[in-house]
Amino acid sequence: MSALHELDATALRNSIQKGERSVRETILETFARVDALDPPLHMFLNTQRGEALSRAAELDQRLAAGERPGPLFGVPVALKANMCLAGVETNCGSRILGGYRPPYTATFVQRLLDAGAIVVGMTNMDEFAMGSSSENSAFGPTRNPWDPSRTPGGSSSGSAVAVAAGIVPIALGSDTGGSVRQPAALCGIYGFKPTYGRVSRYGLVAFGSSLDQVSPFARSVRDIELAMAVLSGADENDSTCFDEPPLQPEQPADPGSLAGIRIGVPKEYFPAVLAGGVRERCEAALARLSELGAELVEVSLPHTDYAIPTYYVVATAEASSNLARYDGVRYGLRVEGDGSLQGMFAATREKGFGPEVKRRILLGTYVLSAGYYDAWYGRALKVRALLARDFERVFEKVDVVVGPTSPTAAFKLGEKADDPVAMYLCDILTTPVSLAGIPGLSVPVGFVEEGGKKLPVGMQIAGPWKGDARVLRVARAYEIASEYHKAAPPMATLAPPRNPAAAKNASTGEGATRGARA
Amino acid sequence: MAASPHGSPIETVRKVADLARLDLADAEEEALALQFASILEHFQVLARLDVSGVEGMLGASRVDDVLREDLPRPSLPAGEMLRNAPAHTADFYSVPKTVGTAGGEM
Repeated sequence: MSALHELDATALRNSIQKGERSVRETILETFARVDALDPPLHMFLNTQRGEALSRAAELDQRLAAGERPGPLFGVPVALKANMCLAGVETNCGSRILGGYRPPYTATFVQRLLDAGAIVVGMTNMDEFAMGSSSENSAFGPTRNPWDPSRTPGGSSSGSAVAVAAGIVPIALGSDTGGSVRQPAALCGIYGFKPTYGRVSRYGLVAFGSSLDQVSPFARSVRDIELAMAVLSGADENDSTCFDEPPLQPEQPADPGSLAGIRIGVPKEYFPAVLAGGVRERCEAALARLSELGAELVEVSLPHTDYAIPTYYVVATAEASSNLARYDGVRYGLRVEGDGSLQGMFAATREKGFGPEVKRRILLGTYVLSAGYYDAWYGRALKVRALLARDFERVFEKVDVVVGPTSPTAAFKLGEKADDPVAMYLCDILTTPVSLAGIPGLSVPVGFVEEGGKKLPVGMQIAGPWKGDARVLRVARAYEIASEYHKAAPPMATLAPPRNPAAAKNASTGEGATRGARA
Repeated sequence: MAASPHGSPIETVRKVADLARLDLADAEEEALALQFASILEHFQVLARLDVSGVEGMLGASRVDDVLREDLPRPSLPAGEMLRNAPAHTADFYSVPKTVGTAGGEM
């Protein structure tokens, strides 16, 4: 029987269903891995051990009583700390929301629970999802399991690492400008931002409301499809959510073949700034897609260079408005200031927000302020339309477009922390997809070596509006023909045995612990 | 677009911080003014693009006029909503006095 960290959610659920392991054993082993790996990696802001164990006992009883298990039955999952689960602290990686316990559960979290998933804990993130490295968390950075001196990417950092390090097979992040696709790339796993409107945002703390999308991380394409089938679908509490049934995967006669599929390769997605190893890995992956039968077509997305400024104007404008609610009145921190109401607002926000959040609130307020609105915000909305039009034209000719997810592999913590513009440029290949509202998946396509460490490289597959299933089909064919998604960081496989009984028999490493289990 | 009706970079940051109800320490103001200038300079490319005749794209959902039946439904209990507040009475949020004070012009 495989060790927990080698199983995807689908295999784990099947294993539980067949009686190979109980839900309780699964959860005990999950927390043993949390205990071993969270101290060096800092994935979680809180864990829900007691609640998870009592839910596990309940699920074991229900299975024994003959209940038909849901699609995520017994599967441990992690949630980014900007997601609402009633009664569980969710602080968005910010001091200003310290101690906030939402009085309601997000629609998408409830859907996970209804499918049988068990929440392990809330994961670390750049404050209010603003950042690409986890260094903007008020609670310290998360570390990349492939090289702990490097960033896992951000902002959904803890969720990405929880999947990459084999703590959970599925975790949720939120993707506004790349916050799931970029950490997925840097951690060597899948991260899927669906078409805007595919998943309800009710219960996701808002950053940029016209961009935010709940997005799953996983170690297999079938798990991404499984998560999407559970998460997607209409919700009367989010009017931007499609009134459609949950997403169903395409079922091609030969899932390993891409015959008849046209893949656009935008020349703008292979810019000069691209790190050499990243270019090489993505070109090799494109060659593999071609071998599988796809036709590669060079295309152009001429407004790509405008995506970063457009994104940062639109997203900060929306953020400045969304974050106006943190004023010391309804939740979180209050600092009295000079004793006046206005003084209390300003002092609370001064103390409660970190530097990047302040920077973005100010930028957003600026681009919306009188005298600037038309020149900045109004203009950015028009450029956004041009970016979306670029994609529409290209998707008249091709099924998907493919390019690198991030211009570099994982960079060192601290390397870009003092240079906001350098950090913003990390998002150059993900923000166009976000602005257009179309689906994008980061797929592991190999490794580069730096300082003696293997660092993962990700490739983004983007599809037309509502073309989520087509994106996943292309990824599935690549997955069948590759092994990169199966690679685990060395520290994940050296983690301690899965339960105390096995620990006694374990001599060295996990090979022994695997054998020690009945 | 580069010329600022708010004045120098540091005056701009002060003015915008005031609009955003955000106190800033002096050192913070200076750092932000520098970063602000560098970010806006990088974003100037937007000004060079011809966008005449283009309609702005406000959102990505392409779904509009979604209405549900106009029927009353229960809300969360006030007590539960108040539990997260730094200060509250039995039924209300508490804030500093706003009448008859300098900050109470509203």
